[in-house]
Amino acid sequence: MSEDFNDNKTIQAQSSETISGGGSGITPDMDYVRPAEIGEQDLYHGHSFITKWIFCQDAKVIGVQYFLLATFTGIIGLILSWLMRLQLGFPGLAPFMTAEHYYQFVTMHGMIMVVYFLTALFLGGFGNYLIPLMVGARDMVFPYLNMVSFWSFFVAVGVLLASFFVPGGPTGSGWTLYPPQAILEGTPGSGWGIMLMCISLILFVAGFTMGGLNYLITVLQARTRGMTLMRMPLTVWGIFTATVLAMLAFPALLVGALMMSLDNVLGTSFFMPTILKAGEVLEYGGGSPILFQHLFWFFGHPEVYIVALPAFGIISDLISVHARKNIFGYRMMVWAIVGIGALSFFVWAHHMYVSGMNPWFGFFFATTTLIIAVPTAMKVYNWILTLWRGNIRLNTVMLWCLGFIVTFVNGGITGIFLGNVSVDVPLSDTYFVIAHFHMVMGIAPLMVIMGAVYHWFPLVSGRFLDEKLGKWHFWLTFLGAYSIYFPMHYLGFIGVPRRYFEMYDSPYVTSAVGMNEFISIAAFIVGAAQFILIYNIIKTLKTGKPAGHNPWQACSLEWLTPSVPPEHGNWGDRLPVVHRWAYDFSVPGAKEDFITQTTPPSEVTDTKVEKT
Amino acid sequence: MHVGIIFFLVILGSVLFHIFTPWYWTDVASNWGGMDDTITLTFWIGGGVFIAVCLFMIYCVFRFSYKKDRKAEYKPEDKKLEKILTWATTLGVAALLAPGLIIWNQYVNVPKNAIEIDVMAWQWGWQYRLPGKDGKLGTTKVVNINDDNPFGINLDDPFGNDDVMIQSDVINLENNRPVKILLRSVDVLHNWYVPQFRAKMDAVPGIVTYYWFEPNKTGEFEVLCAEYCGVGHYAMRGGVEVQDKQDYDNWLQDQETFSDLIAKRKILENEKTKLAKK
Repeated sequence: MSEDFNDNKTIQAQSSETISGGGSGITPDMDYVRPAEIGEQDLYHGHSFITKWIFCQDAKVIGVQYFLLATFTGIIGLILSWLMRLQLGFPGLAPFMTAEHYYQFVTMHGMIMVVYFLTALFLGGFGNYLIPLMVGARDMVFPYLNMVSFWSFFVAVGVLLASFFVPGGPTGSGWTLYPPQAILEGTPGSGWGIMLMCISLILFVAGFTMGGLNYLITVLQARTRGMTLMRMPLTVWGIFTATVLAMLAFPALLVGALMMSLDNVLGTSFFMPTILKAGEVLEYGGGSPILFQHLFWFFGHPEVYIVALPAFGIISDLISVHARKNIFGYRMMVWAIVGIGALSFFVWAHHMYVSGMNPWFGFFFATTTLIIAVPTAMKVYNWILTLWRGNIRLNTVMLWCLGFIVTFVNGGITGIFLGNVSVDVPLSDTYFVIAHFHMVMGIAPLMVIMGAVYHWFPLVSGRFLDEKLGKWHFWLTFLGAYSIYFPMHYLGFIGVPRRYFEMYDSPYVTSAVGMNEFISIAAFIVGAAQFILIYNIIKTLKTGKPAGHNPWQACSLEWLTPSVPPEHGNWGDRLPVVHRWAYDFSVPGAKEDFITQTTPPSEVTDTKVEKT
Repeated sequence: MHVGIIFFLVILGSVLFHIFTPWYWTDVASNWGGMDDTITLTFWIGGGVFIAVCLFMIYCVFRFSYKKDRKAEYKPEDKKLEKILTWATTLGVAALLAPGLIIWNQYVNVPKNAIEIDVMAWQWGWQYRLPGKDGKLGTTKVVNINDDNPFGINLDDPFGNDDVMIQSDVINLENNRPVKILLRSVDVLHNWYVPQFRAKMDAVPGIVTYYWFEPNKTGEFEVLCAEYCGVGHYAMRGGVEVQDKQDYDNWLQDQETFSDLIAKRKILENEKTKLAKK
């Protein structure tokens, strides 16, 4: 197989070097692209059902596997959030909602959504599916490792969910797992539950490192001829940078989880000072609970951008394609992604302004945090400037993009409240924080995921998702989610603290009862609306409208495979050769409103292309 | 068409909600009104940006939605515009950061005349200790804590003897007198938080953390634990009663000191041994 590819490439290389043009303005080597420096990789071709679909080494299948498993855990997270909202809106209605269960559901909801849903979905799901296709590779560079990555994730999810069935149930320590309470008896699941949580996280990080190495090396080494870094779609830039962050940030979580496990099982005192429990002094001493918080947030803040950067990248591509206009300020967008990624390692302690760390840190971390707002704002400007003078298709994909802009800007602005150290003091640990991070890293990335699903589903399955159902799905989700989280900020202003199983009857809190009921009802509706998508997918797979090649008239490589959906190896006999960036939409002089990345300059000589 | 209208209604609704909301902060009862002012400033600048971005987006939706015969503009970059936007944003961010840092500077620098209060937290409750006539709190250790020494005061520390011990979850404060809250926990993280005072800080086992405020309204306030501390977190409440100087002094006189407690224990013990002898 690989020999065939090699032969073809030599032919191709010759043909593009010796092209002789006839039309005006064509020079002999205007289509020249440097020949490939290394030969093509060998691909493992599965033949049995198991090697093709289960222990599969094709990044596309692995991507779909990641997507399905992440969605499955996400639905569990969604159901947990329903149960929480049931308690908050209508306390006492469900007899099984004890405080223990409530805190266990809070914890599992948070951890599932952040790590096992969003991270796995963006990097494992979209990363695996899109990176090789978008950079013109046949597969990830280490397909076997890639397979192991998914199955580590699978085991990690299994261990996580197993904690629902162990004595004491899952951990109820909050998704931040702060010691000492995480491993002391006053917290539900302080024995088995927290143990399994730590093991599951360790497995996740190990598996994720395998996948992450794949994404990085594939982007750096396996790009096709002509695909320079500054021609890559922003989706790839976003996922690439997020993966770099993940490689640097996840080890801190791994170390934290390991050390806490040791404190729990062997009685070490990494995070445990002298503690008095039920009148007895425990056999701990000298450890620092704040050390854990530093480790956790050194992971936890980049984690926010591990989710956000792929979302930034994907939304840029979706907006550009459906506004029929190049992404505005591509280079600025790339440097903003890289800059945000770098800065994200210097802001972690803004989660800890009132943690009891040395308060003088506040000056430094408030400054870095607000600095990060600048490149982020630039990205927002560039998204809306891409819409400006575009030719906007108001289809389902674009609706999700618009919903993303509204929710992301909203959540970003409230981030400026919380990042600004002294403003954070009254608001931290209140519902304002909950509203902020759900808006900015729950709903906004979800909008991107949904947009991406409607956008790339025709590529994955060969069929369009139903637009009418899609619009219902969007409006219910967007309006519902906005009416959950926008008013929720005001609960935070009142001072309602988060992680309260019951509010009791504090005079200023009782006024929140009505709002809590409203929010809960909205949450039930928004959650239920997500099943429209599942119905839509099932319906589409059976009777959907066939999409054909490049149904959105996009420029980037993933739409230019010889067969739709792309087959194993992606590119048939010969790899594509790239001549331009991924955003040549509406170029003056061009016949159509897009020029694909593989179109050589000699075919579009009459156009005024500014950037390639 | 309807897309732009719905988005516009969402923005309009947000603004109206903000204006007419019945849910807003409680009246500030401490010196930290500056935090509220910074929030208001952030609302104006941030809210302005939010509305501007969304309205621009909505305008684009109305003005540039798909028409077959129209072609989008082709303009990859506009360095000048990008530069203007970068600097404008930087300026706006700096305008928000500056007051934030100024107030933080006040927050971390405690006034000299602040009265120190030891707030001791555990799963799930509070108790308080005030310095006695010497104006200093005695040092403490977790291992010292027992029935005879509920605060774990080091017995060899002379400053500890006259400390005023308030074994209740309600503490009284003197109006218009700054207090430095010294937080300590014997087990897990807690956070002593009164929404009306705006200020808060975690209590961390193993170290003593602090923050300060100056109450400026008399009355009763509820204390909430604002750092998740296990299954009883939501029930970990306490109280503060801010009083004028006269009332406060009266209250303070009725409180027990550490030496009172030791003396009382001794009498009790003596009685016990007497009883045992009989």
